[in-house]
Amino acid sequence: MQLTYERVLGAYRTMRMIRSFEEKLVELVNLGKMSGFLHVYLGEEAVAAGVCAQLGEHDYVASTHRGHGHAIAKGVDVRGMMAELFGRRTGTCKGKGGSMHIADIDKGMLGANGIVGAGIPLATGAALTAKLKKTGGVAVAFFGDGASNQGAFHESLNLASIWKLPAVYVVENNGWGEFTPTDYVVPVKDIAERARSYAMPALIADGMDFFDVFAKAGEAIARARSGGGPTLLECKTYRFAGHYVGDALAYRPKDEAEKWMTERDPLRGFAERVLSDGLLNQDDLQRVDGEVSRHIEDAVKAAEAAPFPDASEVTTDVYADSHRRG
Amino acid sequence: MTGAAVVGQRATPASMTPMRELTYWQALQEALCDAMRRDPAVFVMGEDIGTYGGAFGVTRGLLEEFGPERVRCTPISEGTIVGAATGAALTGMRPVVEIMFMDFLTLTMDQLANHAAKFRYMYGPQARVPMVIRTPAGGGRCYGATHSQSLEAWFLHVPGLKVVAPSTPADAKGLLTAALHDDNPVLFVEHKLLYANSGDVPAGDHRVPLGCAALRREGSDVTLVSYSYYAGVALAAAEELAAAGIDAEVIDLRSLAPLDTATILASVRKTGRLICIEEGPRTGGVSAEIAAVVAEHAYEYLDAPVRRVGAIDTPIPFSPALEPAALPQRSDIVRTAREMFACRR
Repeated sequence: MQLTYERVLGAYRTMRMIRSFEEKLVELVNLGKMSGFLHVYLGEEAVAAGVCAQLGEHDYVASTHRGHGHAIAKGVDVRGMMAELFGRRTGTCKGKGGSMHIADIDKGMLGANGIVGAGIPLATGAALTAKLKKTGGVAVAFFGDGASNQGAFHESLNLASIWKLPAVYVVENNGWGEFTPTDYVVPVKDIAERARSYAMPALIADGMDFFDVFAKAGEAIARARSGGGPTLLECKTYRFAGHYVGDALAYRPKDEAEKWMTERDPLRGFAERVLSDGLLNQDDLQRVDGEVSRHIEDAVKAAEAAPFPDASEVTTDVYADSHRRG
Repeated sequence: MTGAAVVGQRATPASMTPMRELTYWQALQEALCDAMRRDPAVFVMGEDIGTYGGAFGVTRGLLEEFGPERVRCTPISEGTIVGAATGAALTGMRPVVEIMFMDFLTLTMDQLANHAAKFRYMYGPQARVPMVIRTPAGGGRCYGATHSQSLEAWFLHVPGLKVVAPSTPADAKGLLTAALHDDNPVLFVEHKLLYANSGDVPAGDHRVPLGCAALRREGSDVTLVSYSYYAGVALAAAEELAAAGIDAEVIDLRSLAPLDTATILASVRKTGRLICIEEGPRTGGVSAEIAAVVAEHAYEYLDAPVRRVGAIDTPIPFSPALEPAALPQRSDIVRTAREMFACRR
């Protein structure tokens, strides 16, 4: 896929939207205006943006507890997401999902996911649908370094490999599995090495660099789409914030985070690159910043003004009413 | 739900429905094949279900008719089999999973309980998970503690799942056909001791609605409620009790979720006595739930305390000498019923 002016601008808009959306969430939680258990994606924006820039509406993603970025990058409406996080009836899932369970099936977003590693088999199943229905679609599983220690990861890579499913497994290695350093719980240097057990090609991308993620995801997605089977794509990234909003971060060296934030911020890196390459100019960036900022302010206002679900909603949608078939 | 199907009643008039004698496994296979011929979205996956035909033979011959794309023999990875089925269902397929032994559902619990069961609720009408998990339950074959369990009670505790457990070949076909038309995840509990049983099975589109119990025997003295293999055991016990002058009514639940409480309550209001029978351990079992429902809604009709007949609270032992001591027997049902009438007789 070529990086046209529109695509580059769109990539910046996606990353800026994720950044601003989540900075707003942190602010709202700290003000006591938003409740729930939130995990923010700050610092990892280039991964979701880079991968999803290679996907279309008929492709699927399965996400994680840190899922806002994937949802935004896959095109889920930010107003609906904000309303969902406020628990409103106008939310993406009518307020019944919350941060860890935002899904928009029509957009191909199969859900954030509250259980580490659980989205991996779901994406594998979505890839199976694409294969059986011959849609030409691809399914992407996003997950963290921690999830690569779950059985679901290993079982899914094995299954996708023997069935040559159109799947891409994107591990976002941010160095920390909740509150434990990755190198303590993962014996291999690169999680990408784990693909070898499943005779699966693996790629490693600089997860702080949109362009590198975009290129490597493009390679993996093209292989999947053309019947070449799955790929494990490891994106080396960093979680700027704590595991959850409110995490005091006592377990993590301050200088480590500062170094990543000052030297490797994916938005700053993107801006420097597009300006020096002449892909975008300063006006483009400022215009997007302004649009995003206004969009998020509007989303917050709309969400705060929206009604809560009626109490009767507590018993709806436990089951689907089965339509008559056949 | 109201009104159990009366003995012998069918969804379609008998005059229009040719009957054949089929075994339980053949009836299941017929439902599967009919669905796969009707709907290209239906496919099956599980361990050894291809050339081998499945551990209990239900899928034998399917690979030849439908090919390897739709009859997918999987690695031994139960968690991901169910997870992938959930993902496929969420994106428009209608997967049917075979889990070789019910005991192995332990390996699928995250995908079933946290995801498949909850997607509709968490995501709203945009999400459907039309999926059937077929699995053989039960002991009686000396398979030991990890291949003999009846774990269905666990799943009643997970809103969003449906749980079905047929006892006859006709219901095996009718309930599986209904499950295959359902847009929710359905746990379809089969029984190892039933696969070879024969019975009349309607040809064609035979559906037994989920959530509708069957009244297998009318009686006036005591209600015996059971399902799956033990529905038959309860019926045999009722005949033995009849000889002793106790007229037992027998309800075969067929579905555990949704539970046909109306049929249970109507029967208990008539007989005034209830024995709940299940193969799983008594503590926290299906019977406990039924007893609670009756206590809440029909306490004043009871002439005696509700009784439960189930497995004792131990793992299931291997030895042919011990297994029957752990699992409920027909004699336990008979003895329990006679105890309920001990004062009178």
